[in-house]
Amino acid sequence: MSRATKIDQLAGVAGRRDLDSDPDRAEDAGVSLAASAWRRLRRSPTFWVGAIVIGLFVLLAVIAPFIAPHDPALRMLESQVSRASNQLPPPQEGHPLGGDQYGRDLFSRVLLGSQQTLLVALLATVIGLGGGLVLGTLAGAFGGWVDSVVMRAVDVLLSIPSLLLAVSIGALFAQQTQFSVILAVAIVQIPIFARLLRGTMLSVRESDHVLAARALGVKRREIVFRHILPNSLGPVIVQSTLVLAMAILDAAALSFLGLGAADDSTPEWGQMLGNAQEFFDSQPHLAFWPAGCIVAVALGFTLVGESMREALDPRQRR
Amino acid sequence: MALLEVRDLSVTFRRKGERPTIAVDGISFNVEPGQTVGLVGESGCGKSVTSLAIMGLLPSRGVEVGGSVTFEGEELLGRSQRQLDERRGRDLGMVFQDPLSSLNPVVPIGLQITEVLERHRKLSRKKATVEAAELLNRVGIPDPNRRLDEYPHQLSGGMRQRALIAIALACRPRLLIADEPTTALDVTIQAQILSLLSELVSTTDTALIMITHDLGVVAGMCDEVNVMYGGRIVERAQRHALFAESRHPYTHGLLASIPRLDAPRGEKLVPIRGSVVDNIPWSDGCAFAPRCPNSVEQCWHAAPGLVSDGAGMLRCHNPVQAVTTVAEGA
Repeated sequence: MSRATKIDQLAGVAGRRDLDSDPDRAEDAGVSLAASAWRRLRRSPTFWVGAIVIGLFVLLAVIAPFIAPHDPALRMLESQVSRASNQLPPPQEGHPLGGDQYGRDLFSRVLLGSQQTLLVALLATVIGLGGGLVLGTLAGAFGGWVDSVVMRAVDVLLSIPSLLLAVSIGALFAQQTQFSVILAVAIVQIPIFARLLRGTMLSVRESDHVLAARALGVKRREIVFRHILPNSLGPVIVQSTLVLAMAILDAAALSFLGLGAADDSTPEWGQMLGNAQEFFDSQPHLAFWPAGCIVAVALGFTLVGESMREALDPRQRR
Repeated sequence: MALLEVRDLSVTFRRKGERPTIAVDGISFNVEPGQTVGLVGESGCGKSVTSLAIMGLLPSRGVEVGGSVTFEGEELLGRSQRQLDERRGRDLGMVFQDPLSSLNPVVPIGLQITEVLERHRKLSRKKATVEAAELLNRVGIPDPNRRLDEYPHQLSGGMRQRALIAIALACRPRLLIADEPTTALDVTIQAQILSLLSELVSTTDTALIMITHDLGVVAGMCDEVNVMYGGRIVERAQRHALFAESRHPYTHGLLASIPRLDAPRGEKLVPIRGSVVDNIPWSDGCAFAPRCPNSVEQCWHAAPGLVSDGAGMLRCHNPVQAVTTVAEGA
């Protein structure tokens, strides 16, 4: 199944709000969509596992500067590095994970890496979401040729595998910085959000309350921004949590491929993983810690996203 | 001059590769100020499409609307949506069937009322809020100031429909179209909503088009009743005449299919055979002929015209005799 169809299906599920007026679900009438979604979310162990994982990493990112034992950029164990014999500083007193190939404290770098990784994921998602909202609203509100133009452009972007697209965009920048990574990851997400929002808006546009608003002569601008858009955001919100996970992986992949920030004094997990590559035979723990963190935090966001999608699915509402 | 004049209104849905569907096939009627006119018929007979066509709410693509609809002498068909938006909500109001899905679930009731007041009467938000509370009070919602901040899902079904009526009447339209306003409600609430509607239209001199499949609603409210079948009006009568001596076999059948408390014990309900067929060809004969107990040879070859019949109008080759009672006629 192509990504485009998958996104449309997701939009269809969330757009089926009219099920709410089904008389069989009358007992549900006193509970809003958000309230009933939260009620089901609360009972989902998947959600709690994901939320706790994310919570721990966010906490870690906040307190990392205070608990990190050493300056992550300081080459304090450089004397123990021997490039010739592939020797790196082993775990020792004061350096529980040893040092990297420049003799920097690995433990401190893993701790502080959480900041960059979460920041990149968050910014990339916010930018992707913003761009997607603008394009999706344009297409969903105007329809007609605007819709066709926007959607064909989106289709073109969607037809390129996301990582390949991110790599190409990342490579366009003359100077690789953290910002170029953020932008590359964000642009990949824009078409996904745009298509999702547009699909939901099209189905909300046909709903009774929009017809009722039109029958009252409400202006088009208000129909779009007060009556259609707020009712179309559910699937987009769910998608954002899933995109956070994808953004972490994409950003790590870009850094791994050498398209991350050129200056590696600020630790970032993807980049640490890339650097650890050449010592994988002798020092596998160098790769293990950043990789494990990436997997754990991405899994956390995926679990929360999936459980939110289930909770917001109107077919499961009861 | 009538408030609303509908002349030869026709609505055709066209889809690529399919035969066009004629939903409304040349209907004409007038609505005078303060009058309540009923449009009655089964599902699929074109009542709702008629109302949407009058309001200009049909999609522009794939739909062909013909004839003329004049409101206070001004033609409404062919107007741009922008021009219609000035009329809709201010001069023309509409109440829909399902009050829950017709309200925006994420916007508080109050804002949905003030929105119209700000739009058409150019009130400030503050003044509009005062007016909105007053409107809710008038449609019989207790504690209106608290309700203003509540969301549609927090209101009961009856209250939602009251709120919808308040929104539709906010700008005191001269014509209100109510499309099956009580179908989604309990019987007790139905009566309340109907009496509220008729009270409001009589005190404000608003004309009302009542669209329904429920002859009980018609009996209580309408001055004049148009019975529709297959996109055409088959019988028009004043309210009392319709119930006392309906002439068209279809109207007759509708009346006979209602349970009556005063019927003798053991008397069976008489349903109309079959169901409405889409795309009925009036061109080849009477569309009701296949289901009609009174059909004669002529019905299958020539479509009957709408002819004046005393106070009303009738479209039938072989009408039910005026003297026959419901039980014998069916």
